[in-house]
Amino acid sequence: MNHKMIYLDNAATTAVRPEVLDAMLPWFSAHYGNPSSIHAAGREAKIAVETARKQVAAAIGALPQEIYFTGCGSESDNWAIRGLADVAKGRHIITSAIEHHAVLHTCEYLEKKGYEVTYLPVDEYGFVSPQAVKDAIRGDTILITVMTANNEIGTVEPIAEIGAIAKEAGIPFHTDAVQAVGAIPVDVNAMNVDMLSMSAHKLGGPKGVGALYVRKGLRISPFIFGGAQEHNRRAGTENLASIVGMGKAIEIAAAELEEHGKRLTKLRDKLIGGVLKTIPDVRLNGHPTQRLPNNFNMCFRYIEGESLLMRLDLAGVEGSSGSACTSGSLDPSHVLLAIGLPHEIAHGSLRLTLGLDTTQEDIDYVLSKLPGIVQVLRDMSPLYHMDKAKENA
Amino acid sequence: MYSDKVMDHFEHPRNVGEIDNASGSGTVGNAKCGDIMKMDIKVENGVIVDAKFKTFGCCAAVATSSMATEMIKGKTIEEALALTNKQVMDELGGLPPVKIHCSVLAEESIRAALEDYQKKHA
Ligand SMILES: Cc1ncc(COP(=O)(O)O)c(C=O)c1O
Ligand SMILES: [Zn+2]
Repeated sequence: MNHKMIYLDNAATTAVRPEVLDAMLPWFSAHYGNPSSIHAAGREAKIAVETARKQVAAAIGALPQEIYFTGCGSESDNWAIRGLADVAKGRHIITSAIEHHAVLHTCEYLEKKGYEVTYLPVDEYGFVSPQAVKDAIRGDTILITVMTANNEIGTVEPIAEIGAIAKEAGIPFHTDAVQAVGAIPVDVNAMNVDMLSMSAHKLGGPKGVGALYVRKGLRISPFIFGGAQEHNRRAGTENLASIVGMGKAIEIAAAELEEHGKRLTKLRDKLIGGVLKTIPDVRLNGHPTQRLPNNFNMCFRYIEGESLLMRLDLAGVEGSSGSACTSGSLDPSHVLLAIGLPHEIAHGSLRLTLGLDTTQEDIDYVLSKLPGIVQVLRDMSPLYHMDKAKENA
Repeated sequence: MYSDKVMDHFEHPRNVGEIDNASGSGTVGNAKCGDIMKMDIKVENGVIVDAKFKTFGCCAAVATSSMATEMIKGKTIEEALALTNKQVMDELGGLPPVKIHCSVLAEESIRAALEDYQKKHA
């Protein structure tokens, strides 16, 4: 293999940006104080954490005291939902069928505890209908949680509209913005959200650190009991270097958002358009324009996603798929099923998510390899053969 | 996560295709669970002289189909019927536990093709 590997799985995780790594390094051993300590080393660590808190807050239009650092995006989701359910009077939660498992499995857990959860369906593009949210509200609804942008098909939800409905009904509204922050404009006030989940490793920061925005005045129960960190709500000595890294990463991502968004959208559309033009029997998953700038997700009929991924990998391209065989379960992705795809088509999905370093040449390379790979797999697929025989009959 | 042998059979699958006027053929699995295998065999004087497959499925499914066709060629019907999924996996140097369910189709498709042959020649 003489071609460099082309990493197109930035929705799974991103590289830590060099500037971010530089910002983090001093906080491991040169400045290793505990932010809770009184002495100088502690004070400077405390200042570093609070600086990062301001950076995160600024990126989403929040106040620093509304930002809580967590261990990851999943923790933020878990905490928002369980923390709210703990203190709310009422037993009903509204969410969507296409949420990340961090939300879905938390809701399923609460169902076992006696809560009732409405999983709103989505349309063929993956949109949650604001009207359906409104219609699902009951007297005992305690929380609405709908993601800002979907991690598989990239659909950007009408969050501001849903937020307005929640606000009018007086129901707290949480959104999982793990894929959205750093990729598209996010503002907690414009979007009317009360809680918002973020994760650093999706936006050029380190793995294992996230944040939860909680609107001032909204009460949720603490997530980890212990010390007084994170306003007494999430105990544990801070992951200092990672928090510094998250602050730096989100600050840069917010500053470069427009520029990168435009560049990635162009590359994304070139990739989608190129595939539609050169490969028959394909479909785009998600909406053509209301989608994350870096997200490509298509189904290739008659072939199975893992085989496609492995062949792309052998050709030097790293992507992901929603096929059953890549998840280790018997069902393909719940998101692809929710947008109405039959199982056999959902098994043949390919997600390519572009990143900061993705170039025009990378896209050209993928477009040069994909048609051949798809044809090899189709030639060995019994489904292709059977369908084509039918068509020719 | 896959052995070199699995990757080799995935990258260069042996005996892909179909046999005209096959002595027996069988299709197993379904698109819902993500794996379908079609196996054609040619039998002469009670011996499998050729085997070809087509598979819609993951890397494990393709590699086991490929290996299974290699293993049954030259075998008698009885010998081929005795071939187990485990033998195919062992020959491939093993499979990750979550992939075992994808590999059982190879054994099933051979059995289906052999049963088809036996029905035709009963
Ligand atoms: C939409 C969404 N929510 C939550 C998460 C979980 O984030 P983390 O990996 O930081 O736990 C992810 C990442 O896969 C995601 O894409
Ligand atoms: Zn499989």
